[in-house]
Amino acid sequence: MVSSNYRFTEKHEWVKLEKDVATVGISAYAVDELGEIVFVDLPEIGAEYEQMAEFGSVESVKTVSSLYLPISGVILEINKELLTTPDLINNSAYEEGWLVKVKISDEKEVEDLMTYDEYQLHLESL
Amino acid sequence: MKTVIFDYSEQGKSAYRLPADPHTDILISDIEEAGLLRAEKPRLAEVSEVELIRHYTKLSTLNYGVDSGYYPLGSCTMKYNPKINQDVAALEGFSAVHPLQDEEDIQGILQLLYELEQYLCGVFGFAAFGLQPAAGAQGEYAGLLIMKAYHADQGNAHKNIILIPDSAHGTNPASVIAVGWKIRTVASTADGRVDLADLKSKLSDDVAGIMLTNPNTLGLFENEIAQIAEAVHGVGGLLYWDGANANAVMGYFKPAEAGFDIAHLNLHKTFSTPHGGGGPGAGPVGVVSKLVQYLPAPRVEVQEGVYKLMTNYPKSVGRLHSFYGNAGILVRAYTYIRSLGAPGLKEATENSVLLANYMKSKLADHYQIVSQGVCKHEFVISLKQEKKQYGIRALDVAKRLMDYGFYPPTIYFPLIVSEALMIETPETEPVEAIDAFVEAMIQIKHDMIHEPQLLLNAPHVTPVSRFDEVKAVREPRLSYFR
Repeated sequence: MVSSNYRFTEKHEWVKLEKDVATVGISAYAVDELGEIVFVDLPEIGAEYEQMAEFGSVESVKTVSSLYLPISGVILEINKELLTTPDLINNSAYEEGWLVKVKISDEKEVEDLMTYDEYQLHLESL
Repeated sequence: MKTVIFDYSEQGKSAYRLPADPHTDILISDIEEAGLLRAEKPRLAEVSEVELIRHYTKLSTLNYGVDSGYYPLGSCTMKYNPKINQDVAALEGFSAVHPLQDEEDIQGILQLLYELEQYLCGVFGFAAFGLQPAAGAQGEYAGLLIMKAYHADQGNAHKNIILIPDSAHGTNPASVIAVGWKIRTVASTADGRVDLADLKSKLSDDVAGIMLTNPNTLGLFENEIAQIAEAVHGVGGLLYWDGANANAVMGYFKPAEAGFDIAHLNLHKTFSTPHGGGGPGAGPVGVVSKLVQYLPAPRVEVQEGVYKLMTNYPKSVGRLHSFYGNAGILVRAYTYIRSLGAPGLKEATENSVLLANYMKSKLADHYQIVSQGVCKHEFVISLKQEKKQYGIRALDVAKRLMDYGFYPPTIYFPLIVSEALMIETPETEPVEAIDAFVEAMIQIKHDMIHEPQLLLNAPHVTPVSRFDEVKAVREPRLSYFR
């Protein structure tokens, strides 16, 4: 279940904020569009990104897609499990399939993002 | 199930009996002494001749090619390869010459290469073509190297950005990265053409050029090419024509006259050379007059009726292939051009466009066609609605088409179309093949509503059904022996 503290981008990443640490992943819709995921390319720990900068890529049997960071910050942790079992994203997009944890620099950036309900409306418009 | 020749292997079986009295001039012990014996015996299958023949004959029937049936693989242009191409390429004067022979002994092949270049210039309007690149991708690489050399000569070495529409083939950005440049993506309009306003907003002094496929991957002609050319030339950039879809405009549209400066062709798509599992191929690179000096060398020139292979081009981007490139492929393209002649090339273009629009209009009542209006050689269907309503994806439709004996269309490309099905009909197809395909598509539409399992479990009649694609990517087993 997606709790109320998740926010979404138009490019189908989600972010979950806990104090100044954000967990980032991709939405169930994105996973459904991609199909079975075979590789994930994740950034170095300590790398710094602006909001919506490309921070990695995800490869499925269909295509390779860029990953965009929903919120500016420094990479604290990457989900190492994905390097050997990328299908965790297919099985659990919002929990075990998280991609990176980020130390954020500006909490207000979250206001640019969509709530779950807003994101659902956005999906219907696609 | 016996799948590879080793599955038939049994010690002692043989397809050949050695003579009873073998030669004794060389003794095994001599070879051993010289240290020439291999440490391990080669792993060869031991089978009888009849098993050998049956195995490979069976395998050959599992292949599907343009000679077996309708092959509407969008964007790839699965063009029929006329058999006369093979006959001509097999002529001794072409097949038995050696690149290191004296030029005077190989005037025939040199003349052919020279004339092929002239023909390509005539069809597309460029001043010269380099025939060396071994494939479209290398043609793109060559084109960008030429662009780089030109900008450097103009004192514009800072130019390092290439504009690429979001509908482009993946090779374009890959080529840009290969020459060490950067990509700036240009958005498409709702109808699938380059968004001119977005393009203009992406222009800056460091833009080296744009790579454009015209007609684009939706099969639509970029009508605003004059404005695009003016805008990109305005910042000192060059226009690169990705000739992937040249077969849709051959004889009707000369890219050089529309403002394009550099182009590559895929001879297998436009001039009926074999696709051939990864090679050999040819991706000639064409340029306007100011860029001729940068073409890859060597090039064939004619002096007083004698054809010569020239290497003295100080500004050339260099050699991209040994000798003249894949000459055998070039012979086939030359044969195609000479067989059809100028009117025949135009007719090939007309048929390609006619067949695409014929099929598009027949499918329009049943599927959502993304390529609006008159298309060129191909069009794209979106199965977004079908996915939402019936849970059927482009993949399922493609798999089901195999049960009807068709090769499936390209799926999930271009990337800007959700659940894309991209259909391109080779221009040599009889209209009956298209009607049969349309009928299958209409039946599939009916089945996805009433009997979706037929699609979800397809294909049913092929030797194997669906593969574990994830496993194939993550744990490819490329050798029979672990």
